[in-house]
Amino acid sequence: MLEVRGVEKSFAGHRALGPVDLTVPAGKRVALIGPSGCGKSTLLRVINGLIAPDRGAVLFDGTEVSAETALAVRRRMGYVIQDGGLFPHLTARGNAALMARWLGRPAKEVAARIDELTDLVRLPRAALDRYPAQLSGGQRQRVSLMRALMLDPQVLLLDEPMGALDPVIRFELQEDLLAAFESLGKTVVIVSHDIAEAWHFGHVLVLMRDGRVLQQGTLDDLMSAPADPFVTRFLNAQRSPVA
Amino acid sequence: MRRALPLVAAAWATAAAAAALAGCGDRADVVIGSKKFTESVLLGDLAAQIAASEGHEVEHQRELGGTRLVWSALLAGEIDAYPEYTGTLRQEILAGEDVATDDALAAALSARGVVMSAPLGFSDSYAIGMREEVAERLGVRTLSDLARHPEVVIGLSHEFLDRDDGWPAIRRTYGMPHTGVRGLDHDLAYRALESGSIQATDLYTTDPQIRRYRLRVLEDDRGAFPPYDAVLLIRADLEERAPGAIAALRRLEGRISTDEMIEMNGRAMIDRVSEPRVAADFLAGELGITAEVEEVGRAGRIWARTLEHLFLVAVSLLAAVLISVPLGVLCARRPRTGQVVLAAVEAVQTIPSMALLVLFVPLLGIGALPALAAMFLYSLLPIVRSTATGLTDVPPGLRESAAALGLPPGARLRLVELPMASRAILAGIKTSAVWNVATATIGALVGARGYGQPILSGIRLDDTGLILEGAIPAALMALALRGLFEIVERLVVPRGLRLRPVA
Repeated sequence: MLEVRGVEKSFAGHRALGPVDLTVPAGKRVALIGPSGCGKSTLLRVINGLIAPDRGAVLFDGTEVSAETALAVRRRMGYVIQDGGLFPHLTARGNAALMARWLGRPAKEVAARIDELTDLVRLPRAALDRYPAQLSGGQRQRVSLMRALMLDPQVLLLDEPMGALDPVIRFELQEDLLAAFESLGKTVVIVSHDIAEAWHFGHVLVLMRDGRVLQQGTLDDLMSAPADPFVTRFLNAQRSPVA
Repeated sequence: MRRALPLVAAAWATAAAAAALAGCGDRADVVIGSKKFTESVLLGDLAAQIAASEGHEVEHQRELGGTRLVWSALLAGEIDAYPEYTGTLRQEILAGEDVATDDALAAALSARGVVMSAPLGFSDSYAIGMREEVAERLGVRTLSDLARHPEVVIGLSHEFLDRDDGWPAIRRTYGMPHTGVRGLDHDLAYRALESGSIQATDLYTTDPQIRRYRLRVLEDDRGAFPPYDAVLLIRADLEERAPGAIAALRRLEGRISTDEMIEMNGRAMIDRVSEPRVAADFLAGELGITAEVEEVGRAGRIWARTLEHLFLVAVSLLAAVLISVPLGVLCARRPRTGQVVLAAVEAVQTIPSMALLVLFVPLLGIGALPALAAMFLYSLLPIVRSTATGLTDVPPGLRESAAALGLPPGARLRLVELPMASRAILAGIKTSAVWNVATATIGALVGARGYGQPILSGIRLDDTGLILEGAIPAALMALALRGLFEIVERLVVPRGLRLRPVA
């Protein structure tokens, strides 16, 4: 579904990414992990065309992501950022429906889709007509996910979607999201700095450092056959209950 | 937002169009101009009434900003006639040309398509005056007499003291021996004369204060001051538009004596009789002409000024909004170009409003247009800056989220960025609106009318009541606009932006 081929990106002479190669098969969930500044968020933005790579290319379902194809590609990729990125001037419903309305989808269809998604992300129905400022952090993330899923995209890109939530809400949301992903069978790329969360969501973990992929595989692969001493150090440093 | 914005825009446009219809009529057959001092306004009213008595449709553009402005308005055909002084023509308007004799002056004007009337009868030149009894006691009748009394304490207005055709001229001509000549404010000079702290001061020969303070005007026996004979300057082509009008205006030639002018100035400035009334009384007595004087009550005046002022503010603001918001978007999108745009609109802001108005008069004539142009330029900066800031302040995460949805740039601007910046943009428009109410008051200097008119008259006549008649409604209008914008803010700024976050 997604193919990252030899992507490189520098900002002001500093190499932020690459070269990176990565393949995400349809229906698989991949978690990008690594220390801050390792390039995992940059990679996510290259995938949906928010950042143009200096070298290399991203293929989405066989199409190269470029300035020309970006708008069409993005409509087939949901994107959720850490604090939700909800537009404060629109209600939860307005946020979720924005793109579908802009595309001129019939109001009935949009309303039905919102109903469906409200159940899927387990958002209280009363929250639909509230503005982001009136929602809790967890509710905002649920709405952001609704917005990302609105056009039924093939791929979901999540950039630390639970990074700003407190542990209890985070746990509930993790459970709900996983259930939603399982039922939808979407291809997911999630960025996390938390091994437990990454392992929870991802079929495959991709550990990055200094803009490159150090190792990818299951948590077992990473623990039993570390490709680099840093892999072990990173895993140990987390002291997550699963390790 | 999507529903409210066109609504508000439509309301503005309607208001502006209605005001435009109300504000801009056809030009009258005969347009008389006058400068912003009482004598000029009175002469303008005399000319206007005498032309009207011949059945012409006449308009009087009162109290225009200054000599240059009225002169260029005459040449441009914005006005057909205005009162001027031969001295001003020689010293200022045609300075450097050989126009020493009246014939040469008339010929130089004629070459410009302007007819100069014969002198109206009085001369309004600089003079030195003393209290009658002091002058009598010292035996001073002429400036030559004054030169023989070095003990007389002289206090002069600052301008007269400095002007080459003022004190330096008479000191040269008469060899005045006086030392320690003091500079002081012209209005204080009369009080100083009365209290005896000075014994002679400069004045104009038609100054009504001459009577009030019982002053003797010393004769300029050696001709130190150039003559300032009052004349009417008339466009030669007026005859084509209004046959007989030039002849009618020329009926004023030789009819106004110095005493009569002092009398009229006094009635207007000291007794506070309206200038049209003073002019009508003179015409009735001197020429047997009955002129209709339309006396408008205070409420009617304020209402008319309010409509004129609203027109100026609404039209200039609307134009500024239509131009500045796109400019603000440009500044936010292309920061380098934006720097240039901002520098340009900031530069405009540094030009004094009077200078800007005068610059526009040759291009746009007199009336509402130059005022609108100046107000438009002054309104740009707050709106451009607030639009640019409002857009730049949209958090990067939100801009990215909008892009990541697959919205094209135009839709992102319209659906996300502009609504989020709406409060800032509106604040900029509000600032411009309030500024415009203030700037519009100086529009009266170029004939744009509005609240500036009574303020200008009030300053000229030293009439606080008249000043307040313009200043108070202007302040109320500024407050009302603030209130209006609070309402507009409720309509336009999305509710979600006015909420405080709960978590």
